[in-house]
Amino acid sequence: MTESLRRILALIRKEILAIMKDARTRNMLLIQPVLQCLLFGYAATLDLNNVPYAVLDRDRSTASSALLAELDGSGVFHRVANLTEADQMKRLIDNQTVLLVLQIEPDFQRRLSAGDTTPIQVIADGRNSNTAGAALGYVNEAVDAFNADWRADHGLAAAPITVEPRAWYNANLETRWNLIPALVGTITLMSTLMLSALSVAREREEGTFDQLLVTPFRPAEIMAGKAIPAMMIGVVQATNALLVAQLWFRIPFAGSFVTLYVGLILFLFAAVGIGLFVSSLAATMQQAMLFAFVAIMPFSLLSGLTTPISSMPTVLQDFTLINPLRYAIDLVHRVYLEGAGLDRLVPDLWPMAIIAIVTLSAAAWMFRNRLE
Amino acid sequence: MSADPSPLAAKARRVGALIRKEGRQMLRDPSSFALGVVLPLMLILLFGYAMSLDVKHVPIAVVLDDPSSQGAEIAASFQLSSYFQTEVTRSMHQAQDEMLSGRIDAIVRVPADFARRAALGDAQVQVLVNGIDGNTARIVEAYAEAAVAQSGARLQAEGQASGVSGGQASVESQLWFNSANDSRYFLVPGLIVLIITLIGAFMTSMVVAREWERGTFEALFVTPVRTDEILLGKTVPYFLLGMVGVLLSMAAARFMFHVPIRGSLSVLIGVSMLYLLVSVATGLLISSSLKSQFLCSQVTLLVTFMPALMLSGFIYDLRSVPLGIRLASYLVPARFYVSLLQTLFLAGDVWSVIWPNGLILAVVAVALLALTRRATRKLLG
Repeated sequence: MTESLRRILALIRKEILAIMKDARTRNMLLIQPVLQCLLFGYAATLDLNNVPYAVLDRDRSTASSALLAELDGSGVFHRVANLTEADQMKRLIDNQTVLLVLQIEPDFQRRLSAGDTTPIQVIADGRNSNTAGAALGYVNEAVDAFNADWRADHGLAAAPITVEPRAWYNANLETRWNLIPALVGTITLMSTLMLSALSVAREREEGTFDQLLVTPFRPAEIMAGKAIPAMMIGVVQATNALLVAQLWFRIPFAGSFVTLYVGLILFLFAAVGIGLFVSSLAATMQQAMLFAFVAIMPFSLLSGLTTPISSMPTVLQDFTLINPLRYAIDLVHRVYLEGAGLDRLVPDLWPMAIIAIVTLSAAAWMFRNRLE
Repeated sequence: MSADPSPLAAKARRVGALIRKEGRQMLRDPSSFALGVVLPLMLILLFGYAMSLDVKHVPIAVVLDDPSSQGAEIAASFQLSSYFQTEVTRSMHQAQDEMLSGRIDAIVRVPADFARRAALGDAQVQVLVNGIDGNTARIVEAYAEAAVAQSGARLQAEGQASGVSGGQASVESQLWFNSANDSRYFLVPGLIVLIITLIGAFMTSMVVAREWERGTFEALFVTPVRTDEILLGKTVPYFLLGMVGVLLSMAAARFMFHVPIRGSLSVLIGVSMLYLLVSVATGLLISSSLKSQFLCSQVTLLVTFMPALMLSGFIYDLRSVPLGIRLASYLVPARFYVSLLQTLFLAGDVWSVIWPNGLILAVVAVALLALTRRATRKLLG
């Protein structure tokens, strides 16, 4: 037993040396999570704050300027043009100068004073309909604020029912709070899966795998020696990403680190299991990389990282059940933002455990059958 | 130009032989077939069906502390909506428990005094959302507000709530180019960008890096073929394989996902060839500089695929990112191609978009090829 442990430790040392001796690979593995978190933390935002718009104000009344002041003061919109004719709109939208054009009819104030519901026309560039939809949402908010002011100023009653919204865990609904914790899982999955898939394939391609086989190592020991270093690197990468989240973006950590790392290590077992299984199928590095890549794409797309799982078709929602990243992202979110404890995380923990057991035993079986 | 045709003919013969060799090698290796045909198909199906930013069937609970008909009216408006999968309950405690365990994403609470206060004109409905997915949360909030405002107006009209209706501005919106507000309309063209980036850059860099690792690239140098001929021999087959992927993606966009192509097809294919050339050149440059398969795969993902996903304006609007990131996005060729694709698919032949973006892509392609030539030649010395 201790003998076996000693052999595994020796393998781990050898593996870490092999990965870390090349400065470029070392930098790649350690700096990449930080770079990705920084880049995505700034770039990946669905919150809008600089929407260029143009306005065709045919009324030019106090009411219309109060409405425009509401838009300009919201911090979301940025007026780039005041139009005088309707045929100027098309060009501005076509060449993407503006995202929205507001059109206010000449009788806007008169109808408003008469107590009518008065439409404002808004034309949005739907080439990215998500951005356009979000921008229209902000226009609605500004118009609601204008209405409340207008009604108060003119002695009208407020709307009979109001909504009192409150968001748990992410009060300002910042995309970044959702994304960066999710990246902790995604980045570690990519690297550990690639690393474990390639480590065996590289030795095969270079012929050193056969040398390993004539040593006293047993297949299980060789596998442990491949799995543990990849997991160690995964833990370091996850830690780097977590540091960026807390120290750079200052996203408050609500849970416990012990819980988080217990969950992450279980996830890494599953990731490495998939990587080793892939490498047991591949004959060359190129194949291993390709297989790993083909696995990573659906795992990251069907994890809830970029789009919500609840809006996927049922078949794909079922597929997400065998995706370890789905559980890891949910787990990191809930520990990080909600402060959930292990008892609440059981629905995430057991599927990852099953995936790890299945893939690791499949990989072990493949290795044994190829070796003997 | 030389008047003597023989050196030119010899050159053409050498390049032709190289292309033939490269093409055969490519066709015989199942992994490049997988990259060129299987991967694009898989990505199209995955992205096309899986990626949707349209919010549908969000699980929520409506807590009815007020069993009156006015309260039921609010609950019904959520139950009838396809945005939500609504469960109506009397127990706030139970709803909170479900929210904590992650089974529902929002709670709409109609308080006990709702009907009484609606009659007085100051009723409130509480909406609690799980804010972790801010985008979904915002859509849920917005929808809840609209549903409640509608119910309010209806109650007012029926005389069950006080207050004067009317005297307010309302928004009438039109979504140009995508009136159905289908997120596939911009996700599918964006996906073509990702596929071209992957095939062009990832595949080329991996294949060429392997040749460097195995030393077969240096072996080519001792033959009479010149550097630019080797590069041409490498570019053409992968370019052609990439074009197969491009055409497959476009056919899928048009016939599988029914995204309209409102611009002209020839311009669309023309700019796609330009961007494919940019991608292949990037892959060649990376592999000639790094010469290691593992490093190439990681670097290619980091400098081509990730920026094409995050910094191209494909999903995330570039006008809302900080200035530094916006400036950095001008270094991402995918940005210009995304602009072109969204315009050519959804808006039509808008030349004020096509000319500048197309020109930039052409310049980038030439510059990258020149850099690759330098990187390859330097290593000879």
